[in-house]
Amino acid sequence: MTKSMTKMYSFWFFLPAGLLYIIFFLVPTFLSFFFSLTIWTLTDWHFTGLDNFRIFLTEPSLSIGFKNSLLYATGTSLLKIIVGFLLAAFLTMKLKTRGFLRSMIFFPNILSPIAVGYIFSSLMHPSKGVINTFLGFIGISGPDWLGDPGMALFSVILVDFWKGVGVAMVILIAGIQAIPAQYYEAVKIDGGNPLHRLRFITLPLSRSSINSVIMLAFIGGIRTFELIWVMTKGGPGFTTDLIASIIYKQFQGGFYGIATAGNVILLIVVSAIAMPMYKLLTRKEIDV
Amino acid sequence: MKRSLYRLLMEAAAVLAVLIIFGIPMLFVITNAGKTSTEAARSTIGLSETPQYWSNITEVLKAANYMLPRAFYNSTLITVLSILLLIGAASMAGFILARRSGRPISVINFFVMAGLMLPPSIVPTIWVLRLLGLYKTIHGIVFIEAALNFPFAALLYRGYMGAIPKELDEASFVDGCTGLQLFFKVIFPLLKPISVTVAILSSINIFNDFVNPLYFLPGAKNATVQLTLYNFISMYFSQWNLLFADILLISIPPLIFFILFNKKIVSGMVAGAVKG
Repeated sequence: MTKSMTKMYSFWFFLPAGLLYIIFFLVPTFLSFFFSLTIWTLTDWHFTGLDNFRIFLTEPSLSIGFKNSLLYATGTSLLKIIVGFLLAAFLTMKLKTRGFLRSMIFFPNILSPIAVGYIFSSLMHPSKGVINTFLGFIGISGPDWLGDPGMALFSVILVDFWKGVGVAMVILIAGIQAIPAQYYEAVKIDGGNPLHRLRFITLPLSRSSINSVIMLAFIGGIRTFELIWVMTKGGPGFTTDLIASIIYKQFQGGFYGIATAGNVILLIVVSAIAMPMYKLLTRKEIDV
Repeated sequence: MKRSLYRLLMEAAAVLAVLIIFGIPMLFVITNAGKTSTEAARSTIGLSETPQYWSNITEVLKAANYMLPRAFYNSTLITVLSILLLIGAASMAGFILARRSGRPISVINFFVMAGLMLPPSIVPTIWVLRLLGLYKTIHGIVFIEAALNFPFAALLYRGYMGAIPKELDEASFVDGCTGLQLFFKVIFPLLKPISVTVAILSSINIFNDFVNPLYFLPGAKNATVQLTLYNFISMYFSQWNLLFADILLISIPPLIFFILFNKKIVSGMVAGAVKG
């Protein structure tokens, strides 16, 4: 009976998805390893070994993307996880405006990234922008958010955080709500205060959703392109270039081999970070 | 008593902070979309003395020979077609992923998980599209969007299949159903709630997508709404009022989705994140 029942679960059901996924995702991914080793014009190629990678990692205007992308991913995921956790802990309390606050914070996530980029480009204008006008009122002279080379990457990280903290928050809220109420009661009986509850119950028991948020935010951050492209185009100079914006610039310049090498580097960095994190995450879940 | 007052104050402070941090940027777009270009150049939050929403919006719609209405048509078409394809392909795949086990399934699972995280390879994808005659076509971008959204959708379907009892399969088997009949007559109708979630989340994703149309669908004729915003920036640079009118217009479809399906959007994202 069971043997013939497996016949109903035919592998043919994979056919449409398989074709789609293999042709438009897996084949290009495997091809990228080959074409990253060539000088490539789309119609013609010749082999150059690891030259493209060498250029990508040693040319200062290109290698800065590697450093910036790591900084961007670390910065956005740290902000999102810390603030997202505090927001989630706060917004699982009994509040009258809880639904309203959650929706407001989540809302920017459904806006398109380039719309958000243009909105903040205007808000962050050094002399006329709303942010610096407001800071001026309370007697602070605001920085040149996007024009100062030391500041620009950080400003875009803040905007990314503004747009994405809502997702971190809702994932963590779901994690916190799944914690059985008995644990909190136990702390109460033992005479613990709300801070104890947060430290000894909420934080450790929402561990798996914290891991998910870190992974999502980090991978999203390392791959990101839109906000930087709309807000700074990698400038001033090359100070805010990310791996993805360099790939686009090399693509525009017709350097397809170098652009593809950039893609392979991105792929390796993402797997190097994601695979161990994923293993860790699944193992931790089995423990609980 | 003292404690509840403290709580109330804390909540009021939170509401104020959220209104400033998240409300003001949105208010800014709304008020500036109705200003004259000189008023908008001052870039203040206040409402215009003589709001001119209608003339700004018609000007944006007419710009570059009615590029925006065409872009709305293109974006809607791309979104609808890729979601139909996605739901068909991912629901079938999720069905088998949930019901079978063994070595081939773990290999497939691995590739699906990889697709969730790995960045697509841009230029090789263009090479494949050109080979198939799909580069710069609506069909091409539809396939790309469906393929790139597939891992997330398959994961949601696989997860949801766990809630559909296997006894149904057994009963259908006893009744003499084939696999296809089982899937289309029994399983697929039961997957409707998760199909709706997939459709909502992916349509926001695809409608808001900028990178893929930028690479795979260049050219003004086929522009999507996100590309119009990008293409218009040079034209509008001194006319922030029109830029904001454009932002307002292209944010309306996702906004409507958010108002109607807030709960589904949130629960779908959580399910995808936690299982991924």
